[in-house]
Order: sequence, then structure tokens, then C-alpha cells
Amino acid sequence: MSTPAPAAAGAKIRIRGLKKAFGRKVVLDGIDLDVGVGESLVVIGGSGTGKSVLIKCVLGILQPDAGSIQVDGEEAAGIDAAGRERINRKFGMLFQGSALFDSLPVWENVAFGLLAQKKVTRVRGREVAEAKLAQVGLGPEVGQLSPSELSGGMQKRVALARAIAADPEIIFFDEPTTGLDPIMADVINDLIVKITREVGATALSITHDMASARKIAHRIAMLHGGRIVWSGPPAAVDASGNPFVDQFVHGRAEGPIKMAVRA
Amino acid sequence: MNFLQPIGHVVLDFLATAGRLTLFALAGVVQCFRPPFYGRMIVRQMVEIGYFSLPVVGLTAIFTGMVLALQSYTGFARFSAEAAIANVVVVAVTRELGPVLAGLMVAGRVGAAMAAEIGTMRVTEQIDALTTLSTNPMKYLVAPRLIAGVAMMPILVLIADIIGVLGGFLVASYKLGFNPANYLQSTWDFMEAEDVVSGLVKAAVFGFIVTLMGCYHGYTSRGGAQGVGAATTNAVVTASILILCFDYILTEMFFAGK
Repeated sequence: MSTPAPAAAGAKIRIRGLKKAFGRKVVLDGIDLDVGVGESLVVIGGSGTGKSVLIKCVLGILQPDAGSIQVDGEEAAGIDAAGRERINRKFGMLFQGSALFDSLPVWENVAFGLLAQKKVTRVRGREVAEAKLAQVGLGPEVGQLSPSELSGGMQKRVALARAIAADPEIIFFDEPTTGLDPIMADVINDLIVKITREVGATALSITHDMASARKIAHRIAMLHGGRIVWSGPPAAVDASGNPFVDQFVHGRAEGPIKMAVRA
Repeated sequence: MNFLQPIGHVVLDFLATAGRLTLFALAGVVQCFRPPFYGRMIVRQMVEIGYFSLPVVGLTAIFTGMVLALQSYTGFARFSAEAAIANVVVVAVTRELGPVLAGLMVAGRVGAAMAAEIGTMRVTEQIDALTTLSTNPMKYLVAPRLIAGVAMMPILVLIADIIGVLGGFLVASYKLGFNPANYLQSTWDFMEAEDVVSGLVKAAVFGFIVTLMGCYHGYTSRGGAQGVGAATTNAVVTASILILCFDYILTEMFFAGK
């Protein structure tokens, strides 16, 4: 992001000692992470390092084994269903595979959160959906289509429109550019930067696409071995002095990160 | 004592699954009574379960009634008891064959489709997306299907009863030479409200079983296309077995000691 990171006026999301294991496999082993108000934090890391698990713990899709997740100072880990629904109203989420509802037309996908919570009538919901589609560069005619009729890039844009439909305070991006060609990936990156700025939202993204990370982040954090091993501004990522970050950023097979590859 | 180990595993797995299923059913039922209610989803599921199952259930019912009349005629003729055919057809169809066969057909058609749809939603993160949109997936996906299943199955079975009796009437009248008016009069005389009502209660229970199994196996599916395929198979198999088990239990409750 070309704009400087907002002043740290307190953490929007504050994670302390977050642990999550699946059977014997420890995925998160004591994560400490703060995301400031209006900040765009990108967590990078190799495949299978637990980036998605981290985001799913914050969203309440997975229950952490230990640790604290505070959103605006309110403890979200282990909160009851009503509290979780209340906290999730602050969130918007862009899924890696878009996760659009096949059974609904595009406009209903975009307005889903508003309609499901009975916040708006269907007529108003459609108007909001078309406005949000316009924000991501799609015309109103796309609203009538089924998600299966759209290309991968268009599906990502629709998913982005859905994520911002309720004007969330915090937006999560799970591998926003995975599976897209470089040009479409850059279009999505630009949209993410533009929209988070317009909405004034805090953003927590996970990716292993360094071009994307450099473009959308105020700050980058590297996840490895279940912990945050480095954190700093995008400009510092190439000279971090951290061997894990160096290996990851330069995409080298040799280094302290050992990939489980069988000959 | 190693041979006890696999037996123990099977028993523990069974109990764990039964526990998970019971908790899932309770959560689903609770959501049926808690607002907000998704009217559109309920109506959509009612059309899917009720209207679109009519052809397959109707065909099953008419051929069952026809076969029943034919079979009982060939058997009863040995004892000169042909007059009892109307009785046999109406009792068998309304008490047993209507609800059980409709239940099994709907399990194959609707239960499988539900498991596949919800399973695909699970593996493509659509259910996670519901959660992030502050929508309880149990309320949005499961409750409407349970309501629709319990509401529509009795209506389907009532129609199946009428079509099944009609099938018996057609064979008796046009093939076996019964007087149509007399056959209808016998059917009417032998038919008791309790027979029909017990069949409709069974239908409501079977509707719950079919939709619950479809939702449960879809909701808990894992591992991509293979997981969804397994969920679909499991939904149909478990629903079919439970329908037959509960058929006996409900029959025992309604008619034992009479």
C-alpha cells in the first residue's frame, strides 16, 4: 500500500498465545499478533503452515485450544453463539475459492448478509448489491447471473462485493489472488486496496503471493512453525535479516524451511 | 484379549456417532422454533420434497396397490376369501406400504440430493461463508429441510394411499372381475381412521428421518468429491434402515395388544 500505516490507536484485533492442534499435529503454537485500527496486515507463510487456521479461529469457524482473541477489546474465543453472531457482524470475508452460494443469483449472494438478517427489503437489497457490484467494477446485469456462469476472476470480484456489502469494520482475505492470472491478480489487489480505503476497514489477509502482500499490506508478518517469526513493513521484507523470511521471499528450496517432499 | 480391541472400537465409534447425531438433531429441532424463520427456504424445500417427489411416489403406490390386489387374489382364492381383497389392500397400503415405500423412495431421491448439496457446500466453504455472514447454518440449511420433511411427507403419503387403493381397485375391477361399486363400498367399510392416521404419523417421522440423515451426512462430510459421495450413500442407507426400524417401533406403539 502506498499510504502509510494508520497510527496505532489501539488494536482492533489482539491475539495472544493462540494454540490449535489437530490430533498430534500442532498447527498454531502460541501466536501473538495485533492488527491496528485501519491497518492492513498480511500474514505470509508456506502452504500448510496454519494461515487459514489462524483466520478461521478469529472468525469462529474453528475453536482454538488455548489463547485469547480480542476484537475491539471483547474476548471472542469461546464466546456463545449470540456473541459470535454479534462479533461476526463486524466482519467481511473473502474466501480462497470465493464460496459463492450456487443456488442463489449473484445479487442475492452479494446482499445475502443484509437479507438474512432482515436488515433490508429484497428491493433495497438488490439496490445495495448493484452498488457494491459497481464498486468492484461489475455491471448490474451480472447480478442476475448464477455464480457458475462467471469466470474465476469475476467470482472473486463478486465475493469481494459480498464481503463489503454490510460495510464491515474488519475484512479478511484468504489467498485473494490464488488461481488468478497475474493481471487479474493485480486487478484484485488494486480493488482490495481501493475498497479497504473507501470503507475505512481494518484488513487481515493471508497469502503466499509476495506481489499481492507487497501491494496490499501496511505490515507483513511471517508465520512458521506455529508462531509469528517476523513482522515489519513491506519495504523491509527484502532485507529482514530473518532466514525464514529471506528463503520464503526469494522462493529458495534451500534454507531453514524444510518442505516435506518425498523423492 | 486383542480380539476385544476392534469390537471396542466399533462400539465406541457407534456410540460417538449416535451422540453426535442426537446433538445435531436437537440443535436442528431447536432452530425450527427460533426466529428468524427463512420462509423462502421452507417453501423451496416443501416444493422439492413434496411436489417433485409426487411422480415417483405415485408410481410406486399405484403398482404396489395393483400387485397387492393380484397377489392376495391368487392366495385368497384357495380359501374362497376373495371378498377380503379390498380389506387387505386398504389396510396394507394405509398402515404400512404407503408410508414405508414413500419414505424409502423419498430417502433415495431427496435424502441423497440433500446430502450432496450440503456436502458440496461444506467442502467448498459455503457453510463457513454462512457463519461469516452472521447466519447460523443450522437455522438456514437444516431447520427449513426438517420442517419441510415433517410437513410434506404426510401429504405425500395421503396421496400415495389414495393412488395405492386406486391401483387395487383398477386390478380388482378390470382384471379380477369384481363389481366396482361393491369393491369401493368394501374399501370404505373396512377403512378405519386409525389406519390412515397411524400411517400419516409414520410419514411425519420418516420425513424427519430422511431430512435429518441428508442434512447430517452432508453437514459432516469431509474430503472433497469422495467425501460428498460417501455422505450421499450414507444418507440413503442410514435413512432406509432407520425407516424400517422406526416402522416396527411405531407399529408396536399403535397396534400392540389390539
